[in-house]
Amino acid sequence: MSLHKLTLIDLQRKFAAGEVTATEIMRAYSLRISQVEPRVKAFVTQTREVACEQAEALDRKLKEWRKTMPLTGMPLAVKDNICTDGVPTTCSSRMLQNFVPPYDATVISKLRAQDYMLLGKTNLDEFAMGSSTENSAFGPSRNPWNLQCVPGGSSGGSAAAVAAEECVAALGSDTGGSIRQPAAFCGVVGLKPTYGRVSRYGLVAFASSLDQIGPITKNVSDAAFLLGAIAGHDPLDSTSIDRPVPDYLKALQKRDLKRLRVGVPVEFFAEGLDPEVDRAVRSAIEELSHLGAEVKEIRLPRTDAAVAVYYVVATAEASSNLARFDGVKFGFRAKETKDLLDLYIKTRQEGFGPEVKRRIMLGTYVLSAGYYDAYYGKAQAVRTLVCQDFEAAFKQVDVIVTPTTPTPAFKLGEKSEDPLQMYLSDVFTISVNLAGLPAISLPCGFSRAGVPIGLQLIGRAFEEETVLQAAHAYEQSAQWHQKKPTIR
Amino acid sequence: MTYETVIGVEVHAQLRTKSKMFCGCATTFGASANSQTCPVCLGLPGSLPVINRMAVEMAARAGLALNCTITANNQFARKNYFYPDLPKGYQISQYESPICQHGWIKIAGAEGTKRVRIRRAHLEEDAGKNVHETGTGGSRVDLNRAGTPLLEIVTEPDMQSADEVVSYLKGLRDILMYLEVCDGNMEEGNFRCEPNLSLRPVGQKEFGTKVELKNINSFKYVKDAVEYEIKRQTKVLRDGGRIYQETRLWNFERGETAVMRSKEEAHDYRYFPDPDLVPLKLEQAWVDGCRSSLPELPAVRMRRFVEKYGLPEYDGGVLTASRAMADYFEACVSQFNQPKTVSNWVMGELTRELNNSGTDIAASPVSPERLVDLLQMVDKGTISLKVARELFPELYTSGKSPEQIVQEKGLTQVSDEGALGTIIDEVLAKSPAQVAQFKEGKQQVLGFLVGQVMKASGGKANPGKVNALLRTKLVDSRTGLDA
Repeated sequence: MSLHKLTLIDLQRKFAAGEVTATEIMRAYSLRISQVEPRVKAFVTQTREVACEQAEALDRKLKEWRKTMPLTGMPLAVKDNICTDGVPTTCSSRMLQNFVPPYDATVISKLRAQDYMLLGKTNLDEFAMGSSTENSAFGPSRNPWNLQCVPGGSSGGSAAAVAAEECVAALGSDTGGSIRQPAAFCGVVGLKPTYGRVSRYGLVAFASSLDQIGPITKNVSDAAFLLGAIAGHDPLDSTSIDRPVPDYLKALQKRDLKRLRVGVPVEFFAEGLDPEVDRAVRSAIEELSHLGAEVKEIRLPRTDAAVAVYYVVATAEASSNLARFDGVKFGFRAKETKDLLDLYIKTRQEGFGPEVKRRIMLGTYVLSAGYYDAYYGKAQAVRTLVCQDFEAAFKQVDVIVTPTTPTPAFKLGEKSEDPLQMYLSDVFTISVNLAGLPAISLPCGFSRAGVPIGLQLIGRAFEEETVLQAAHAYEQSAQWHQKKPTIR
Repeated sequence: MTYETVIGVEVHAQLRTKSKMFCGCATTFGASANSQTCPVCLGLPGSLPVINRMAVEMAARAGLALNCTITANNQFARKNYFYPDLPKGYQISQYESPICQHGWIKIAGAEGTKRVRIRRAHLEEDAGKNVHETGTGGSRVDLNRAGTPLLEIVTEPDMQSADEVVSYLKGLRDILMYLEVCDGNMEEGNFRCEPNLSLRPVGQKEFGTKVELKNINSFKYVKDAVEYEIKRQTKVLRDGGRIYQETRLWNFERGETAVMRSKEEAHDYRYFPDPDLVPLKLEQAWVDGCRSSLPELPAVRMRRFVEKYGLPEYDGGVLTASRAMADYFEACVSQFNQPKTVSNWVMGELTRELNNSGTDIAASPVSPERLVDLLQMVDKGTISLKVARELFPELYTSGKSPEQIVQEKGLTQVSDEGALGTIIDEVLAKSPAQVAQFKEGKQQVLGFLVGQVMKASGGKANPGKVNALLRTKLVDSRTGLDA
């Protein structure tokens, strides 16, 4: 069996046992990438040559004393908005095209300390703003299941790379669904952890109160495994929570769902939901019931307000977070400017793409004097109501199950001219970020056209274990994760 | 029409923390450009701020000393604007919930002491510095100062004259320096003040239009700038003109203020709570801990000096104006228990030399021990007070001990009765007329005779001894004559 077909946990076992070397792993992935990457276009920057050298050095080191850690030698891809010391971090923006961070994000330091192998940095919608990777300044990535379709976004490159088996697992970031939506579109597993579970230090901020880094993997066990490696309190991130990291893999040992109460929010099965998605998700809910879960109908009445709240809060924070890209200290600087104001204007005009500018303008507007209370203030108040919806629901149930997206992957160009339609593709994932909850997306079937459909499971804050356990039980029973795309 | 002036003051005090407000970089002044920076204070993408605990503690201590309430739930906010010295495109500050609120300090006003109310004091980070290079047409940015913790202290409009503003600023600076939370160095910019000033007809309740003054880096300029501005506004109003809300820069070379920016150009800062920092909760027990660790403050220390050492209020005020001077005084008194004598010397000779050489008392070349040595030599009669005063400048500059100087110069006071007797006999022999007057009962001539003896001894004779000996000799001679 080719090494690139193994899951993270299987590859790790083989490697720890000394059955394969890091060099062999790297050769296998190098070959795989060279075969499929020209069609998938998952990466912005490839680092496999450096990784091959590192693998050889690692093998020499391990010859003397074979002591490995969980991610030693594991070939991962990282979304290109997570800072990697010495490796370009572009956010798929012209603004940061030549930016090489002098420091590692905390998640990267953790992986580096275990001698992981970085295969490259994956494509995204510019500054993680978008749902298809079509907003990348370097061109869109493709959905491995159908190259005419988008891989979703903003972590589309990471999801496509995992689906196309160009890496064993990847890191993404999720602000309004940016891990789960592309995971759903690409038929892989994507986990957005509880806000504060994983350090944001070194994640180029889009919307600070919503952003969270998480794993994108081939199956649920791998997600549990990778989450364990990146989670934990970070003194460099004041919003990370000081709480012990459980053994997430251990939670997966329980295979039945007895005594688990699963909530189905009626608001998520309304007009606009694709019938194929509706069917696949409902049969997944039946499967959960077969596994012993008690399924209940619940209500999340503020769901319809979530998208509006999100586009006020997220854009407000973004307008401020992106102010640092001014051409003065790092990144792109426009040429031939006549004075300071001209430098600012031209740099930001030429450096940012249209969607980023749109959101900066929206955010600047909602924070400005005279509008603050009507927009930002109101949005924060409604955000609290959205949180209260979940709190009330979680008094009745342990997990909430929904479709991840209203439709399966759409065609390239299909929605890129209509920002509002694009925003609505995150309608089921957004409220989870507003409430800071953990949620996973995993495959629950395929459309007739042959693209995957995603199931979303949402848990209480810091109850990733419950979410993972339910997802794992379903996955093992349904076995959708065994299906692989033929890339053509 | 007569106008009255209404003044409020904003002070930016740099807190004396070792590291910056939101990262671990050093805050040392004068390091080479951009050497004290890291991803956080450079505002690199992905970096995040972490609140400096010591800065919060210093702010709380300052607030307590300024009689403020300490806010339990603190929130940091982003103040958004573009400028090259502002790496993130926003400054992290406090907006709706400043750490200190509703305080006051007492100052010397035109009619006795008065209270200046402190509206608020909040924590924020400093910006960097733009360096404009003449000739090249280019500008550079030094971000060493970016992220340095500041406490911005804002008063109510409670002052009415330049003198009151200076008095407030000196009082505030003393307090902050006593607390060791600020170096108070106006030239280095770690105590920056911006008075805002308006005029209104006497009797009117509403405030006039306010003008903010910047670029003032000494107490003298504070006085000059405020006085200039009062005159300027008075003239404008008297001539029937109107005052525009604007920021004006003090130009010390020209001795006048000039418009920097008008209200119309003011920014919309789009403040909102910084999502990178969770609300900072200060427990009452923690605040109480800060309160109990406060040192004795200038006003209290002044009262103690008056009561414990029996000093005049004037002396108490001068000595406690700076913590270093008060400490110096007390170090002397602990070894030489004549407070008024010590006070005279510290306020007199020592201060004069310090001023002449532009030295801070904390760095005085004459240590309290040296000064006490000198005072003890006077007290024991080894040298006269006059000699002590004369040799002080040398003591200050030479670094020698008082004993050494006295010995080298042969200034030791002559107290030996034999030696003094010889000089006295000579003086008496030369002054038969005065001797005769004394014998006739004219006691006053004794003073003249003492003076003559002192003069003959080159100032070294012990005046007390001379007095006693002279008296004995004159009386003896009278008795002798009678006998």
